[in-house]
Order: sequence, then C-alpha cells, then structure tokens
Amino acid sequence: MQNASGPFDVCIIGAGVSGANIARRLSAYDLNLALVDSEPDVSFGVSKANSGIVHGGFHHNKKHLKARLELQGAMMFDRLRQELDFPFKRCGIVVAAMHEDEMRAIDQLYMQGVDNGVIGIEMCSRERILELEPKLHPDTLGGLWVPGGGIVEPYRFVFSLVENAVQNGVQLLTGFAVSRAARQGELWQVEAADGRTLQARYVVNAAGLFADKVSAMFGAEDYTIKARKGEYYLLDRMTKAKPDRVVFPVPTSVSKGMLVIPTVEGTVLIGPTAELVDDKRNLATTKDQLDKILSSARTMIPAVSEYDVITSFAGLRPTLDEDFYIDMSAKVPDFVQVAGIQSPGLTASPAIGEYVKDLLKKAGLKLLEKASYDPFVVKRPHVKDLSPYEVDELAARDPAYANMVCRCEKVSEAEIVAAVKAGHTTLDGIKYFTRAQMGRCQGGFCTYKIIKIIMRETGLSWEAITKNSNASQILKDVL
Amino acid sequence: MKDLFFDAVVIGGGAAGMAAALELDAAGLSCAVIEREEQLGGILTQCIHNGFGLIEFNEELSGPEFAERIEEKLQGTNIRSFTSTTVMELDAGSENKVLFCYSALWGVLRLSCNAIVLAMGCRERNRGNIRIPGDRPAGVYTAGLAQRLVNIEGYVPGKDIVIIGSGDIGLIMARRMSWVGCKVHAVVEILPYPSGLTRNIVQCLNDFDIPLYLSHLTTNIIGRDRVEGVEITPLENGALMSDKAFTIPCDTILLSVGLVPENELSRMAGVELNPMTNGPLVDSMLMTNVPGIFACGNVLHVHDLVDYVVEESRRAGKYAAQWLKGRRPVREVRVKAGANVRYLAPVRVDVQADNKLYMRTLIVKNDAVLEVRVNNRVVKSIRKNHIQPSEMIQLQLSPKDLESVLSAPDPVVEVSIN
Ligand SMILES: Cc1cc2nc3c(=O)[nH]c(=O)nc-3n(C[C@H](O)[C@H](O)[C@H](O)COP(=O)(O)OP(=O)(O)OC[C@H]3O[C@@H](n4cnc5c(N)ncnc54)[C@H](O)[C@@H]3O)c2cc1C
Ligand SMILES: Cc1cc2nc3c(=O)[nH]c(=O)nc-3n(C[C@H](O)[C@H](O)[C@H](O)COP(=O)(O)OP(=O)(O)OC[C@H]3O[C@@H](n4cnc5c(N)ncnc54)[C@H](O)[C@@H]3O)c2cc1C
Repeated sequence: MQNASGPFDVCIIGAGVSGANIARRLSAYDLNLALVDSEPDVSFGVSKANSGIVHGGFHHNKKHLKARLELQGAMMFDRLRQELDFPFKRCGIVVAAMHEDEMRAIDQLYMQGVDNGVIGIEMCSRERILELEPKLHPDTLGGLWVPGGGIVEPYRFVFSLVENAVQNGVQLLTGFAVSRAARQGELWQVEAADGRTLQARYVVNAAGLFADKVSAMFGAEDYTIKARKGEYYLLDRMTKAKPDRVVFPVPTSVSKGMLVIPTVEGTVLIGPTAELVDDKRNLATTKDQLDKILSSARTMIPAVSEYDVITSFAGLRPTLDEDFYIDMSAKVPDFVQVAGIQSPGLTASPAIGEYVKDLLKKAGLKLLEKASYDPFVVKRPHVKDLSPYEVDELAARDPAYANMVCRCEKVSEAEIVAAVKAGHTTLDGIKYFTRAQMGRCQGGFCTYKIIKIIMRETGLSWEAITKNSNASQILKDVL
Repeated sequence: MKDLFFDAVVIGGGAAGMAAALELDAAGLSCAVIEREEQLGGILTQCIHNGFGLIEFNEELSGPEFAERIEEKLQGTNIRSFTSTTVMELDAGSENKVLFCYSALWGVLRLSCNAIVLAMGCRERNRGNIRIPGDRPAGVYTAGLAQRLVNIEGYVPGKDIVIIGSGDIGLIMARRMSWVGCKVHAVVEILPYPSGLTRNIVQCLNDFDIPLYLSHLTTNIIGRDRVEGVEITPLENGALMSDKAFTIPCDTILLSVGLVPENELSRMAGVELNPMTNGPLVDSMLMTNVPGIFACGNVLHVHDLVDYVVEESRRAGKYAAQWLKGRRPVREVRVKAGANVRYLAPVRVDVQADNKLYMRTLIVKNDAVLEVRVNNRVVKSIRKNHIQPSEMIQLQLSPKDLESVLSAPDPVVEVSIN
C-alpha cells in the first residue's frame, strides 16, 4: 500500500475519465498533485462500461454545458490520440430513421447540429444512408450522417491519461476510498477508509456515481446522484452484423436509444438500455433488458444474431438533473464539483479537464507551466496489430513477444508483463489493458496463464489474485 | 525468420494431430506438428480420470497415459514437433501453403508445405454464449478451466459448487471437485435428458449423491465480488415456471455447456464450415473445400471418445499422404442428413471406396433404425438398441452399399433415423 506524500496543491478524487483528464491537464503545471480512487485500479467505475462513442455534437442543445463541452472535447481527441496512443477512430455516426415521423425528428436533429456548428453533418436519403452503411435494414427511410463521430476504447483512454499524468509527477493512490474530510486551516485533510490520510489545498470531486457521498463528506452541496443502468451485449468480431459506422436510432426524450457500435478493436457492441436502479453497485444484467437489445438492434441491422454473443455487461449513468454540474462549491472553500457526468461525459472529458483547470485558476491556483512536461506516453507494441515480420524483429529483442497467451485477441506474454509492470495486477485490469480474456473464449484458455504471470512478476500469492476487487478472489485453495 | 519446408504440416498436437502425423510419416513424407502448449497431448493432458483407450488399446487408461502411448510412437519417426509454438497465420492462396508460427524459442517460423491437417481441437462455450444474465463476479469458470487449475496447476477454484450443463466435462468435474473436498450442490441441465455419457452420470453423480436437475434453466447469477448463488428455474413443456424459481447458494459456478470447434485459422484459409457442427465440411478423404487442407478430431466435429478421434485422424493422415501422392476420390456424392440426424461427417462419400461416417442424432430412442437411402430407395438399414444425442453413431458405407448410385441420374444419399 502506497502512502501519500504531500501536502498537495490539488487532490482529485476519482480516477475515471473525468478525474484522469483533470489530473493529466494539471500535470502540465508546476503543481503537487494527487489522484485517488477507491478501487484497486483506475477506470473501474462508470468509465469502464459505456458505449465508447465520441459523440457528434448534435444530440443536445448548446444552451447546456454538457453540449458545449461535448463539442469542444470531441475536437481534442485526434491530438490526444497522437500523444497517448489509445485506440480511437473517427468512423462516423449514422442515425437511421425507420418511419416517416422519425424523418421529422431527423430534421430537428439536423437543425440542432447545424446550429451547434457540427462539421459535415448531412441529411441522407435512403440510398445515401445505405451507401454509407450497407448493413442497415433495407427498409431504412433515410437519416443523418455525422462524419466526425468516433469510437474509443474508454478504459485504454483512461489508462493512458493516468500513465501520462503519473509520468508528469502526479501521485496515484489506488484502493484509497475517501471516507472523511476535515478543514485544517487552509488545507483539506482527506482520510481513506483504510486510515491513510493526505492534505491538499484544493479538492476536486470527480467521484462519478458517488459524487453525492463525497460532497456530503466535505460538507458541500447536498444533491443525489441517481444511477440509470445501461445493459449491453458484446458480439464476436466474426459477426456478420458489424457495421462500418456507429448506428443510432432516432433518439427519444429519455435516451439516445440502443445502438450498434463497431468497437475500435473489432468486436460489436449493442445496447444500451436505460433503466433507473436504486443500488449504485447493481451492475447485473437482466433477461428482459437483454432481449430488448437484440430485437431493437435487429430492426436497424437485421444480421444481428444471438449466436454471436460472447458476453453481456452493464454500466450505470451517474445522473443529476439534465446537465453536468461542474463548479466551485458555493458552500465550502476550495472544493470543485464535477458531478452528474453522464453521457456525453467521455466525449466531453478532455474539455472537462480544461474547464476545471480554468475554475481552479480563477479560484487562485497558480499555474506555472512546467518545462519538463511531456505529453507523450511511450508506445507499446501490440502483437495483434503487427505483421509476422515485425513480430519476429520484436522477438529478437524480447522472445516473450512471440509467446502467445491469449489466442482469441492475440496477446503475447510480453504485453501481459507490461500490463503488470504498469500496475495492473487484477485479472480485469489486465483484461482492459491488454484485451487478454476479452475475446470469444472469455478467458477459458488464458486465465491460468495470466494468473501465473501475475504471481511471477509481482510475487503475490494465489490468495491475492482477484478479478477486480479485494473480495473477488479467484482461487480458494491449493492441493 | 526461420524458413522451413515440409510435405505436410499438422496444426495441433492433441490426439488428432499426433495420430495424423504418424500416418504421414509412415507414408514416407516429411511432416511437422505445431502445438501451442508446452507439451503434446492436447486436452488429454488435463483429463486425469480413467476412461480412455477401451477401443484403441483395449484397456482403460487415463488421459495423460493415452497421450503418452501415442507420443511414444512419435519417437524414432522423422516427425518434427514444435511445442510452445502457435500457428498465427495461414495462407493457402499461393502455390505453396504458408504458415506463420510464433514461439518464444524460435521467434517467427515460416513454414511452407503442400498439405495441411487441421487438428486444433475445440474450445468451451462460455457464459456469454448461453447468455446467463445477472451479476458478473469472480467464481464463474468453464469446467475445462477448472479442470486445468485443479489437475495441472494444483489450485482449487472454489468450495461450494454448482455445475451448469451435464456435458461430460461437467460430470467429470463434479466427481473431481468432490474428491478434492468440495461440495457439489447440483448439476443443472436445460434439456430433459443429460448430455453426457450414461457411464459418467452413474460414476460421477449417482455415486456421489449429486442431484441432477433436468429441464431447468439457469436464470440468474448472484454475487457482487464472488459468486454467492445461482437461480434456477424449472421448465415445463418448454415454458419457464418463474414462480418455481429457486436459488442454490454456492461460491463457484462451473459451465459445461458444450464445445465449439476452433476454426478461426480455417476461416482465414477460406475453409467452408458446416453451420451444424462449426467444423469444416469435408469430402470422402476428409479434405475441406480448400485443396490440400484436411481436418480431423474435435476441430472437425466434437467427438465423445478419444478412440474415435484417433481412428478418424489416422484416416485423415493417410488420405493427406495419398492426396500428396496423387490419389483423388473416384466418384463422390453428397450425403444428406435426413430425419433426426443432426449432422454427418464427412458430407461426401466415394462410391468406389470404403467410407466411414460419424454422425449424431437429434433424438433419444430405444430400438431405432438407421436407414441409408439412395434416391429414396433404402440401400442399408441398421438396428440400434439405443441412441441419444450425446453418443456418436458410426456408419460404414461400402462400394456395394452404394452400387445403385452409379445408375441413378441425380443421386442423393440420405441418412435418417427412425
Ligand atoms: C451505459 C452508458 C453509456 C455511455 N456511453 C457514452 C458514450 O458513448 N459516449 C460518452 O461520451 N459518454 C458515455 N457515457 C458517459 C460516460 O461513460 C461517463 O460520463 C464517464 O465515464 C464518467 O466518468 P467519471 O470519471 O465522471 O466517473 P467514473 O468513471 O465513475 O469515475 C469516478 C471514480 O471515482 C471513484 N470513487 C467513487 N467514490 C470514491 C471515493 N469515496 N473515494 C475514492 N474514489 C472514489 C470510483 O471508483 C470511480 O473510479 C455512458 C455512460 C453509461 C453508463
Ligand atoms: C474433460 C474431457 C473429458 C473427456 N473424457 C473422455 C473420456 O473419458 N474418454 C474418451 O475417450 N474421451 C474423452 N474426452 C474426449 C477426447 O479426449 C477428446 O475428444 C480428444 O482428446 C480430442 O483430441 P483433439 O486432438 O481433436 O483435440 P485437442 O486435444 O483439443 O488438441 C488440439 C490441440 O491443438 C492445439 N492448437 C489449437 N490451435 C493451435 C494453433 N493455432 N497453433 C498451435 N496449436 C494449436 C491445442 O493447443 C491442442 O493441444 C474428453 C474430453 C474432455 C475435454
């Protein structure tokens, strides 16, 4: 367990995509920063289970903060990808209209998009939309085309942001569940459930679903984050239903509807549903909702088949009214609220980093640019993306690149070792970092190999091997 | 990059791959076996129970013993085996077939050859494939993974166990987990009959008083961090009896819900698959639609006994050798799966040769009749005391059985069971 040094200029609570962007953005300045998260790894909250879409900027009216940050954030991804080497692609978004009245809704979306300044947005005839996305149902009447929309692997994005932040001096504390806070003169005293404490001048509350709890711990604003569940099916990369674009239905008043998403890494995601739940740790999938996903996805892309399903999962949207709530607390000093970051939070997150930096500056934080700031992470090779000739060259340096661990997603031993060395020591952490266990066999073949590598590289005993939390032990005994 | 040439390359060093390679070698051809695990033997190496080899060796062996018996035969041959080596790419488009294989020892190997035998075995279906909803805690494993952990790595994945699916691996694991001191609370099966071999029901469940719930669907998995229970719901006449659902507390769920042939490489090479088996469609010489690519063992269709795997794979090796020396089928006709037949492998027979087919039925029946028809005329009829989907059926078709094909205008051979 790592202890905090300090005192810190800023402590960011929550290493999801919001907190990670804030930390990384602030790491460009001469500041002493802490990024803390209650979970054993970063991106284990809302940011691990979502649609992974860089939205197109046409779904919301720009009177909302979230719409403005979405537009700004979406534009920042190309540069971020170059710096941070995470999977991102601008594959474009189509919105498919299946009925006449939906065509009217398309009109309105188009107008809103134009008003928001969305580049390249286009109203499509039936022919045009089918040309853009041939997998669509032949009865599609027409729709909208937004070439700038894209897809991203959300956890890989967060991992890269955090890695780069740490490289630039941010202190990361995982397993640090903030449970109490007190004001000590000019400083916040922040205490974790395990007894660790740290002190910071400013605190940023980016605790996702639990931002309301954290706010209360600091005696700040009283609000309630409600969780709206979204369930998904993931389809094998061999599926015939894989579209070239992100396919949206025409949105309803409550949600953007259920989509068909070609993930950057080649699998297909269908969903999400939208259903309020009371328990913010309830990530269970349910038969009723999953059935809805299949039938809804099939109306747009008939080739969707239940035989291609390799797994299902769910995420929870942290909702608070309609908009994001990002502001200095009006009740307590030096406390920034980053709450209600539901969709399009992932898209907006780079802009959230910028926005929070400006709030802190206004609140008196001194921002001196750091000469040593390096925005680039070291690129890691992925055997999956390399030709046999390139792998052969790599293997000459490190033979572990030619030792395959995960057959489905083509992950080598060297990549697993790199993940462990980067601090990902749970099975899920390694899964999100490397994709091993993410393919069609879902770890049936490689789990035991990964367990052995974790034990070898970390010296952990079998009892300490977990899926994603201390209580999620994988093995129960030895023979 | 190391470049090597062989007459034939066998992908997979399980029972199937080894048996095929031995025949290629016996025919005087150069051949390599590529196996991604550290040792040869395939799935057999983790099946430490008895029940292998009754047909092949006339005695009851454990999986590793069976594998060793075959492996011993490799010694003294010219077969090159590459272990810890994974075939990653397969290109059958050019004159020579080319395989790229990755291994920590060799880096990347580039193998060229004239024939390939696919013997990659199969993988287990998982929770996602059968779409069990609920929480996603630790403690949900495929039975084969659990078998590997217990039998080879020496770890016990859980203490209170429920097994989903009554396939053989699940049944064997019910006994295995009981032996290592775990409590197996139930085996749950969606079908009205068990899908494993009868002998395994008796030896693995009855002898340990493990209840078998037939016609029960797994409807929910419960547990935040680690499995805490599994909800199962009875099916009556195909309808889910939600009010009769109940939860069995447990910390581990093992899934034994079927195997799927591993044909990603085959698809890469343009091999056509049979949607009924997920294995390649093969002709009377066990050759796929891609000339020079053969298939055998569990990658072709899931077998219940390794003895059958070896028998079939020997033929594949032999045919591949003959093909390399120029033999082609004389006159082939398609065989159709008729009433109550789920699939047949191969899907073509040679009218002028002795053909052996493996098949599975869709029904459970005593006193059944297996019939072979040519253009609707019965040419062969065999009585079967008992048939069930989990037990493979064999069928021999000789030139004499198929005589009438020669004179028929558009001959169709159909196999059915009634
Ligand atoms: C189903 C679904 C689909 C979505 N699809 C999209 C999409 O396609 N595009 C898009 O732009 N957005 C999408 N979103 C929204 C996006 O996922 C979220 O806005 C974003 O992930 C929120 O990130 P965050 O960092 O604010 O929250 P989180 O990722 O939840 O991060 C908060 C972190 O705080 C930690 N934490 C909580 N309490 C404490 C504590 N007491 N002490 C320490 N740490 C604590 C948590 O462990 C967590 O890691 C979707 C959301 C959902 C649920
Ligand atoms: C749990 C269990 C219990 C069983 N019990 C019995 C029993 O009691 N009696 C009985 O007779 N039979 C039993 N069987 C069935 C029998 O053992 C199998 O059907 C038989 O061993 C399958 O042989 P195979 O060679 O086709 O496949 P496998 O043994 O699976 O071999 C395939 C090999 O190919 C390798 N491979 C795959 N892809 C690649 C690649 N790209 N590059 C390199 N190598 C690759 C794999 O690593 C594997 O070693 C059982 C099977 C199981 C799983």
